[in-house]
Amino acid sequence: MGETAAPGASSKPIGRRVFFGVIGLGGLGVVFGSWLQSIESTLLSVFSRSGGIAGVLPGSDRFRIYSVTYSLPVIADSSYRLTVGGLAARTMELTLDELRAMPPTALVKDFQCVTGWRVPDVHWRGVRLSHLLDLVGPDRRATAVEFTSYDGTYTESLTLDQARRYDVIVAYEMLGAPISAAHGGPVRLYVAPMYGYKSAKWLRSINLVRHARPGYWEQNGYAIDAWIGRSNGRTDRPVD
Amino acid sequence: MNDRFPASVEANGRERIVRFDRCERVVHWVMALDVLVVIATGLILYLPALEERVGRRLLVENVHTVAGLGCVVPLAAALVLPAGRMVRADLVRIARVRPAEWRWFDRTTRIRVDLDKFNPGQKLAAVLIGSGLVVLAGTGIMLRFPGPFRLSLREGATFVHDWFAAGVSALVLGHIVMALAHPRALVAMVRGTTTRGWARQHASAWLAELDSDGELHSGVPCAAGELQAGAGAPGPTPGAPGA
Repeated sequence: MGETAAPGASSKPIGRRVFFGVIGLGGLGVVFGSWLQSIESTLLSVFSRSGGIAGVLPGSDRFRIYSVTYSLPVIADSSYRLTVGGLAARTMELTLDELRAMPPTALVKDFQCVTGWRVPDVHWRGVRLSHLLDLVGPDRRATAVEFTSYDGTYTESLTLDQARRYDVIVAYEMLGAPISAAHGGPVRLYVAPMYGYKSAKWLRSINLVRHARPGYWEQNGYAIDAWIGRSNGRTDRPVD
Repeated sequence: MNDRFPASVEANGRERIVRFDRCERVVHWVMALDVLVVIATGLILYLPALEERVGRRLLVENVHTVAGLGCVVPLAAALVLPAGRMVRADLVRIARVRPAEWRWFDRTTRIRVDLDKFNPGQKLAAVLIGSGLVVLAGTGIMLRFPGPFRLSLREGATFVHDWFAAGVSALVLGHIVMALAHPRALVAMVRGTTTRGWARQHASAWLAELDSDGELHSGVPCAAGELQAGAGAPGPTPGAPGA
């Protein structure tokens, strides 16, 4: 006869202890997770650059595709139109070809999301937002710019000073190719020094306004002036 | 309270031991389907290739959330309904491990251990999956309704949710592999019964329980008070009615 293992005499409630122990571990993880994740990202970047398994581990530096609507807008190049106007001397409706014909600006910058992931050295190409604003001639009363998206829901804004920076572009190329629908193509905003949520995808209109209203994520508690490393309570390396 | 279930049934003139009653099997398979939906939608939300191909993020998020929170429904029902006696009894079983059972983890002494209805590896896996699902549900709620939580907590919740999802998915995959590798155990969860031969080989202590008074005990040897204390009080006299 072997040793009996039926529950009853002198059995320990190990199950209960492990159960609550794991839950406690989860709780600790929530409290210290953002700190742990920054360590993990550093370790991962030392050992590999977003390739293979390291590429799909939690906390790895790769793009995530986020959308605030049920489906991603898919816009054919030929039907795409960008409206630029508002408090300005004129209103323009630009096609993709017209945008491509304008003096291009190329940027190579890290893309930092406010949720923690950062993709290094992303190549962007587009037209400086300040160039488009000059073309419509901002009114003296205009102090800010509002943006809308073809997803029908997302909105963003910048102050006029921020909009005129050299590293704020209306982009039509990313990573050496036209921007895919998943990444917000054919045209999206790209605001290099700020967290990714400022870079509105499927850009539909650019409007000069007197005062900007808080955009989609700002209404959910995120900072309006979303400088990387200096806002949202984060200390990421700034993108200059 | 009478916690007895028929220990064995006649089928085709051969005795079969009842391992899982209907309620327990229904709970298991409903939860299994639910968890598979959660994992599948989770993969769509997480893997870049699937993210882009499927799109429809909000829809997938909603299915993931509803399925995830719905996991608890079958189990909760079994915990409160009279039909869930065996489920409750088995949860008690899973939570308790005797020192003798620990030796099962050492392969050299495994042969001498008389096993309970579930071996210690299964008990551990069950507890890990159960507690993992609780953490996933809690962090999942924080991710789906982030308003009340400050940014560092949201990030922490994402970190925990991602890692626990990987861990629980691995355990679930292991569970499925084990089930496929042990067809007689899988059949028991489909039909509800197993053979005396299987029980003698894999769960001899449990079989001894059945045989000692011809009926299957609930697994709770005494009143609830004994369990709370965790003390080693002796069980009821074999054959005593209504123990």
